Amino acid sequence: MSGSIQDTFFEECEELLEATDEGLTAIEGGDHNPEVVNAIFRAVHSIKGGAGAFGLDDLVAFAHRFETVFDEVRSNRLDLDEKLIQLLLRSSDHLSALVEVARDGGQIDEPHHDTLLAALDEYIPEEEEDLTFEPMGLGGPAPMMDLGGLGGVPAKPQEETYRIRFQPLKEMYGTGNEPFFLFQALKDLGDLTVKLDENELPGFDAMDMDEAYLAWDLVLITKEPRSVVEAVFEFVEGLCELSIAGDGDAEAEANALAALDAMFSAPPLPEASLEAAAAAEGEAPAAPFEAPVPAPVPEAKPAAAEEKASAPKAESGKQEQRGGPKPTLRVELERVDRLINAVGELIINHSMLAQQIANLNVSDTRDVETELEGFKNLARDIQEGVMAIRAQPVKPLFQRMARIVREASAATGKTCKLVTEGENTEVDKTVIERLSDPLTHILRNAVDHGIEKPEDRESAGKVRTGEIRLSASHRSGSVCIEIRDDGAGVNRPRVKQIAIEKGLIPENAELTDGEIDNLLFAPGFSTAKEISNLSGRGVGMDVVKNAVTGLGGRINISSAPGKGSTFTIILPLTLAVMDGMVVSVADQTMVVPITSIVETMRGSDDMINSLGADGTLLSIRGNFVPICDVAGALGLYRGSDQQAGVYLLVETETGQRCALAVDDIHDQRQVVIKSLDGVCGEIPGVAAATILGDGKIAMILDPESIIAASPTAAAFDTERRMSNAS
Amino acid sequence: MKTKVLAIDDSRTIRNLLAATLEEAGFEYHCAVDGREGVDMYPDVDPDVVITDINMPNLDGFGVIEELRGHGINSKVPILVLTTESAPELKARARGAGATGWITKPFDDASLIFALKRVTGAAA
Amino acid sequence: MQAEVKQTDQEVKHAEHSEFVSFTVATQAFCLKITQIREIRRWSPVTILPHAPADVLGVMNLRGAVIPIYDLSARFGLQQTEASERNVVIVVSVHGKPVGLLAESVSEIISINPDDIQDTPPVDSRNTMEYIQGIISHDDTMVRIINLDAVISAPEQVMP
Repeated sequence: MSGSIQDTFFEECEELLEATDEGLTAIEGGDHNPEVVNAIFRAVHSIKGGAGAFGLDDLVAFAHRFETVFDEVRSNRLDLDEKLIQLLLRSSDHLSALVEVARDGGQIDEPHHDTLLAALDEYIPEEEEDLTFEPMGLGGPAPMMDLGGLGGVPAKPQEETYRIRFQPLKEMYGTGNEPFFLFQALKDLGDLTVKLDENELPGFDAMDMDEAYLAWDLVLITKEPRSVVEAVFEFVEGLCELSIAGDGDAEAEANALAALDAMFSAPPLPEASLEAAAAAEGEAPAAPFEAPVPAPVPEAKPAAAEEKASAPKAESGKQEQRGGPKPTLRVELERVDRLINAVGELIINHSMLAQQIANLNVSDTRDVETELEGFKNLARDIQEGVMAIRAQPVKPLFQRMARIVREASAATGKTCKLVTEGENTEVDKTVIERLSDPLTHILRNAVDHGIEKPEDRESAGKVRTGEIRLSASHRSGSVCIEIRDDGAGVNRPRVKQIAIEKGLIPENAELTDGEIDNLLFAPGFSTAKEISNLSGRGVGMDVVKNAVTGLGGRINISSAPGKGSTFTIILPLTLAVMDGMVVSVADQTMVVPITSIVETMRGSDDMINSLGADGTLLSIRGNFVPICDVAGALGLYRGSDQQAGVYLLVETETGQRCALAVDDIHDQRQVVIKSLDGVCGEIPGVAAATILGDGKIAMILDPESIIAASPTAAAFDTERRMSNAS
Repeated sequence: MKTKVLAIDDSRTIRNLLAATLEEAGFEYHCAVDGREGVDMYPDVDPDVVITDINMPNLDGFGVIEELRGHGINSKVPILVLTTESAPELKARARGAGATGWITKPFDDASLIFALKRVTGAAA
Repeated sequence: MQAEVKQTDQEVKHAEHSEFVSFTVATQAFCLKITQIREIRRWSPVTILPHAPADVLGVMNLRGAVIPIYDLSARFGLQQTEASERNVVIVVSVHGKPVGLLAESVSEIISINPDDIQDTPPVDSRNTMEYIQGIISHDDTMVRIINLDAVISAPEQVMP
């Protein structure tokens, strides 16, 4: 976060778009509460306001149209029928797209943009459209527009003398306008002479506190154009009698009067007020102002004032009952990350301290150990607290996914709806960010390949609208994201056939249902017969799987023919720490994630069985499991005194088991994850690094990719399939 | 003495824009995130001028003007409304409620300062 | 690449008297501008990066940051250094990231008049022209000025 105002705008847009989405989802669900409609109106309005400040014209124009339709809805001039709701949903999606384009660059989808604008226009009455885009009813250029370069305007070189007669009506004093300030503003424009005309002032006894008796005659010599002089009086138009006469320029005067006339007859002021103003001109300025001014002046009409006072009170009373949101604090992400790093250091520091105390050879360290334990617990507390700051609800992510499903449905001609659950589940911010692409892909896939066409669903005895359920929950220290569709399920014969065609499995392979389903994740697998414009973008589910494993997570699929498929993604709660088993391999200390380890065992020679030339299997209670030597997979060489004698039994996503051979195991501990991004390229078999108690760096291994790199394990897997087939 | 501005707007972007411009120009800037907060803050801040948005949750801009003016004692404090369009009926309604003037969004620094100048006499 | 080297060359020349740290790599003398160096540490065993090229020795913990360590000698196409306690790691910042360079030993700080820097004479070596930005004569020894940006390419390209 650089803290620039434009950054704030885009951040705020995210929140506003979220609010819009949320509101529309509520409306879609049948909640037509006026406050919901109002909230959406305000959100879109704020986007427009901010966009205007940064000159984002496309965004302003679209938000304006969108907002106008909402204004119609909240004024009860439009019914929220299904067709309109769908249009509003699509418009909201497009608004998000426009914000993205404004922020990240890129092209807006012009045809789509125009289609939506036209569709929205159909809901906007003609005059409404005209009115809102009309500039102020001034004859000349609208003063506010002119002011951009005040002071820097290429002013006419010669000076002009303006004689100004300014006589406030009493109404002006109720609006907080002060003649004195107006004169100060005039004085800035040039040479000003002010003469007070107090002729109308009655005797002291006849004086009415609320009346306006004073008038001023001003002479202004300035190089500024007339429009700037007039602009000074912009706020008091209609609240005073004003004449501005350019010296010896009758024509200009006539123009000015015409302009003022035009202004006075502009829609807001009822005609009567113009007459009244005209009448007042001829009479004493103290004449009662009877014309229906736009709103009653408080002092003049106590009854009306009372009414008015009570109205907002009732409203505010209602508002106050609504519990306000919990107070929050906005913090730059970088600061939190610095804190997280510092806490990580603190934990490493603790283990270093503990190790050094252990090395001290002091007989009684009990007291120190107690204190150290306290240190450790405090560090953990701080760590949990800091991690909690990074945790965010998955709600915004899920809301974006609703849009993905809508777009995908529209593109494929299917009807589906996304149902979300557990939106308030909190997950690390980075996890949420990096989940966006895989989820998008899975959902597109679910719409494209999972959900059937409405007719097909009907003939299968299902409701026409497909349902995709996206849920998030916490499960014993992990986050579980589930995507469940009620579509046709994985077409297993087809999947298997493709896998055979692509040489992913031997022709005679005998696979379990689960194994076939998992073929979807195999690199180079894609079920789309032709490149559909949705999921078939050249990336397969293997990319999804890589993204998930890149986050230290796992993904599973289960499917029931005719009933649908479920993808389950299990992710660590945080990316910053994990529980690991510290092992040594060829003189190097490494860490294996605890989550992937099923059991550990010390091997003896009689447990090892050779298979072929260089394959080895470990026999565990009668079962044979391929051995994968970690040193070999990482290209490390053992010294003559070292040998792999300890096995970590791990299980892969496909349910395949493998024994990772390491030299020794030490202990199990929480480690701080240090990314290797930017330090080196991707290393097969290595997920990240960590810093151990002695200050040394240790690689954190990725068992899946180690197994993939191991010839034995891969070969065994194929062999098993072959043997199953025969 | 710096001129005190109380800005009431639910948009963080607009608040930041106002803050940047006003603080740069030497005004003392206070802000509230909705109409209710603005009215509540008013006595404490005791501003020389109020700038308020129209469309806000928890009391809109008209409500702000009416409540501030409704106290009677505040008939003097200038209140400028922020409007997106220069829609005449909005201005008329705001003025009817007692607004002093208006600022059209998007505003630039010069027009904002000029508007403040005309209602407070202060350039800062 | 050539053009870039030229430009840096130019910059060096127009500078006032600058301080350089000279050190030896495979018995040859090299130097780096003192402002490019963040710190110099004694060598301690690094953690091996699996599958890394020969000139990437591994990674080291620099106050909580994981930084890669390069063997300058291997990088220059000279023989690999058998790293020991006597060797030093020169920590520099390249592309905004700290990187450690293994050198045999640090010699001294020398003050160089930019006008004394000579262009690298053309030699038939795959890396020399890129990695060496100029040469100077100091105490009758030829000292090579390292073009850091060329020696350490952007992190993404370190390991293909």
